[in-house]
Amino acid sequence: MKLLTHNLLSSHVRGVGPRGFPLRLQATEVRINPVEFNPDFVARMIPKVEWAALLEAADTLHLVEVPKGPIEGYEHDEKFLRQMHHVLLEVRTGPSLASLATAG
Amino acid sequence: MALSSSLNRYLLLMAQEHLEFRLPEIKSLLSLFGGQFTSSQETYGKSPFWILSIPSEDIARNLMKRTVCAKSIFELWGHGKSPEELYSSLKNYPVEKMVPFLHSDSTYKIKIHTFNKTLTQEEKVKRIDALEFLPFEGKVNLKKPQHIFSVLEDYGLDPNCIPENPHNIYFGRWIADGQRELIESYSVKKRHFIGNTSMDAGLSFIMANHGKVKENDIVFDPFVGTGGLLIASAHFGAYVYGTDIDYNTVHGLGKASRKNQKWRGPDENIRANLRQYGLEKYYLDVLVSDASKPSWRKGTYFDAIITDPPYGIRESTRRTGSQKEIQKGMEKCPESHVPVSLSYHLSDMFFDLLNFAAETLVLGGRLVYWLPVYTPEYTEEMVPWHPCLKLISNCEQKLSSHTSRRLITMEKVKKFENRDQYSHLLSDHFLPYQGHNSFREKYFSGVTKRIAKEEKSSQE
Repeated sequence: MKLLTHNLLSSHVRGVGPRGFPLRLQATEVRINPVEFNPDFVARMIPKVEWAALLEAADTLHLVEVPKGPIEGYEHDEKFLRQMHHVLLEVRTGPSLASLATAG
Repeated sequence: MALSSSLNRYLLLMAQEHLEFRLPEIKSLLSLFGGQFTSSQETYGKSPFWILSIPSEDIARNLMKRTVCAKSIFELWGHGKSPEELYSSLKNYPVEKMVPFLHSDSTYKIKIHTFNKTLTQEEKVKRIDALEFLPFEGKVNLKKPQHIFSVLEDYGLDPNCIPENPHNIYFGRWIADGQRELIESYSVKKRHFIGNTSMDAGLSFIMANHGKVKENDIVFDPFVGTGGLLIASAHFGAYVYGTDIDYNTVHGLGKASRKNQKWRGPDENIRANLRQYGLEKYYLDVLVSDASKPSWRKGTYFDAIITDPPYGIRESTRRTGSQKEIQKGMEKCPESHVPVSLSYHLSDMFFDLLNFAAETLVLGGRLVYWLPVYTPEYTEEMVPWHPCLKLISNCEQKLSSHTSRRLITMEKVKKFENRDQYSHLLSDHFLPYQGHNSFREKYFSGVTKRIAKEEKSSQE
């Protein structure tokens, strides 16, 4: 799944962080899938991101060049948006599907 | 200076299918583009001719870039119940509004459309000649005119009773056609990956329009199946998520829904469907999940939730349960890898769906879903209700002599506060629908008694 998806998911299974969030990732299989860059969409996603979870995931997966948080005027900052685009939409982790119901 | 009410009136020529779904589609799209639905006639009913006021031509064009219910839109210059009334109406149309399209360096042509009647070429030419009084100064160009004007004659809806004279005649400047060609280009017949219950293309676009889907939205389908509804939203520029409990459908495994195919190959999955239409960039993720216990983070991030939940007929309604619940009842799903399934009562499913929508939709976001009903017992009170969601429309499509499904559109109008606050309130409101838990049984009651008996014993 994409890191944007991971960021929006929690788990109702006990023992997976407070409020069941975030879902633990493993750096078993990380793939990069190029996706067409759409700055407007990425900018819209920034307010929805939970940064602590994103940074933890990026760390677990040994990703580089991950912004530490939203910067001032990010809506027009192409470099920032391209980095976020890569992290949120192009990095794919785990098997292609996450089976959430079977944990525990 | 007050504007005359004859300004900015448009004529929509509607397609004659999915009749009940048309008005909500047009209203939703107008509101999406900043217009408001103002009608210039009492009712629309079954007629394909709709006169309405739209604030600007831009909004009218945007409407046509989305609608699959309307064939064309015209700037209305005149109309009447007879040729004389039409001509007098045209003479009252402000000349200054006509002139920009009639001046000497422009080219034009006039088309005659008749509905429920055929005219000879001679009759058509006579009608065009009768319009000579209009201040046309441009040149006629039948191949590639800059402006197209149309005369539309309405001879009613009954092909067995065609009147001598039309009921209504309209004259207008053609502006744009709708998106009905999408129905053919996205036809399920040509799609790589389908299932038994894949949604008809036309209806999937209608649903996306009822949902007011727009570019850069995030749209979610909790019962994604083969992703047909996601395709429609992606076509309109939304990024899409889906979940489903059916491991096989999501992984592209199991029996093929196409004759002569052995099994669903790697080609047959939702991402492939999007890729088929050049929409792969809008694919976010499709996950196996249990719709009754969503695993999404607390918050509002879906712009629309558009879905066709299982009715328990062709696809079974299931949900995972804990070890304790297994004793109560179990449904056998030999093909599925989902470990534990219980029969998921339909009313519980809608309860969960509405709560989920109330919790995760952005304010103003829409929930669009199908509600199966057993027609002889249906009442409006049965439509599920939620304090945070306002009912926008309820459109019926008949499935059989005693069943139908209703496309329900709701809009989130209030912030969601605390799930427990609502649970006891809601359970009373779902009582009328609980009778429909035996929807499956009622659906089959017309078939044979034996089958009905089998259904009954397999339900808890």
